[in-house]
Amino acid sequence: MLDWRWDFTWEILPRLLVATGNTLLAAGLGYAIAVVLGLVLALAQRTPFTPLTVVVRETVEFVRSTPLVLQIFFVFYVGPQFGIRLSPWTAGMIAIGLHYAAYLSEVYRGGLESVPRGQWEAAKSLNLSTGRTYFRVILPQALPPSLAGMGNYLVGIFKDTPMLSVIGVAELMHTANAIGSETYRFLEPFTLVGVIFLLISLPTAAAIRLFEAWTRRKLGMS
Amino acid sequence: MSYIEFLSQYGDRIVSGTLVTMALTVLSALLAVAIAVAAGLMRMAPNMAVRGVATVYIEIFRGTSLLVQLYWIFFVLPLFGITLEKFTAGFVAVGMNLGAYGAELVRGAILSVPRGQWEAATALNMSPAKRMRRVILPQAVLIMLPSWGNLLIELLKGTALVALISVTDLMFQVKQINGTTFMSAEAFGTALVIYYVLARFMITPFMRWLERFMTRKMGRA
Repeated sequence: MLDWRWDFTWEILPRLLVATGNTLLAAGLGYAIAVVLGLVLALAQRTPFTPLTVVVRETVEFVRSTPLVLQIFFVFYVGPQFGIRLSPWTAGMIAIGLHYAAYLSEVYRGGLESVPRGQWEAAKSLNLSTGRTYFRVILPQALPPSLAGMGNYLVGIFKDTPMLSVIGVAELMHTANAIGSETYRFLEPFTLVGVIFLLISLPTAAAIRLFEAWTRRKLGMS
Repeated sequence: MSYIEFLSQYGDRIVSGTLVTMALTVLSALLAVAIAVAAGLMRMAPNMAVRGVATVYIEIFRGTSLLVQLYWIFFVLPLFGITLEKFTAGFVAVGMNLGAYGAELVRGAILSVPRGQWEAATALNMSPAKRMRRVILPQAVLIMLPSWGNLLIELLKGTALVALISVTDLMFQVKQINGTTFMSAEAFGTALVIYYVLARFMITPFMRWLERFMTRKMGRA
């Protein structure tokens, strides 16, 4: 039956905490890629050039409807077939960054569509260039409503980082697995991983909810 | 090896993997719906203990990763004397995970049924259970169906993880094929397209049909 060993727990905890650092780093890097690339994908869908719009739209749908773990394998293994060797970290960041960029582009799209037409017309009548209109008029209004969705996906990307373990990124799950196969004890490492995830994701989710309420108040939306 | 040869040699395994993935999706979807309704209703129960159980369940499953839950159910649960066969462990983990997300959808939908409906049902002297079953839930279903479409696609994607505990689903088969042939683009690319087809040309149309069907049933067409 169940025997939780505290001495073993304390022994493996430092290793798991180091791995937690890697998990956070992976989530942070992946998210940074997703935030920028997602905006590019959202803006690309608004260009008047229809072929580009259609291709980007379908790509986003494709990425959103297929499993991240499969995409990670795809990026990691297909490169070498054509002579491009990617490290697990690089492949992982490309895959997870692209996956979440597709999700975030939908969040941005919603925000961009919520900007009233009159803003465009006003910018046009002031003779602002398209670039200037976007950066000074449209995006400052489109991004605040997107913040809540962006926050949810920050927690989402954090929870999806364990999938990077399949190509050998030394994050939490990978380390817990390694400890399990070295010691044949799975109870403590896997349970600790769950607890660490809860300890990080629950406060983050709560903070995001508060932040969301705060921005809504600031913008006079409620 | 050309792609045609690849398909003729490994087509059987890809098809059998796809069937396992579809079976997993259906089973875990049924489990997720059942859990979502139960946990969603429990979350609104007047009894604090009942509410607490549902809240803890939802927070734990939404706060950690599906992969962590899957490994925990498969490797740790046996230590508590509950050993699940890997296929069962797979769909139970996916179903319990997505069920927690679904519970919030159920709760949100029930809360967004207009107040007047609750009051009218009470005025007709319906018991709370009957009011929920005959008046509130049918309307809530209509409200939450579009969100369930997205959730079911997440569920399909989630089933790919069970390959990591060696359930022979589509993901597992193409991983094996990749291991023997090193034709990664063909193996993983084919699987990506199959998942896409399942999501966009089976789940999405099915949910659209279900929405239309429910709308008609409610006499709102």
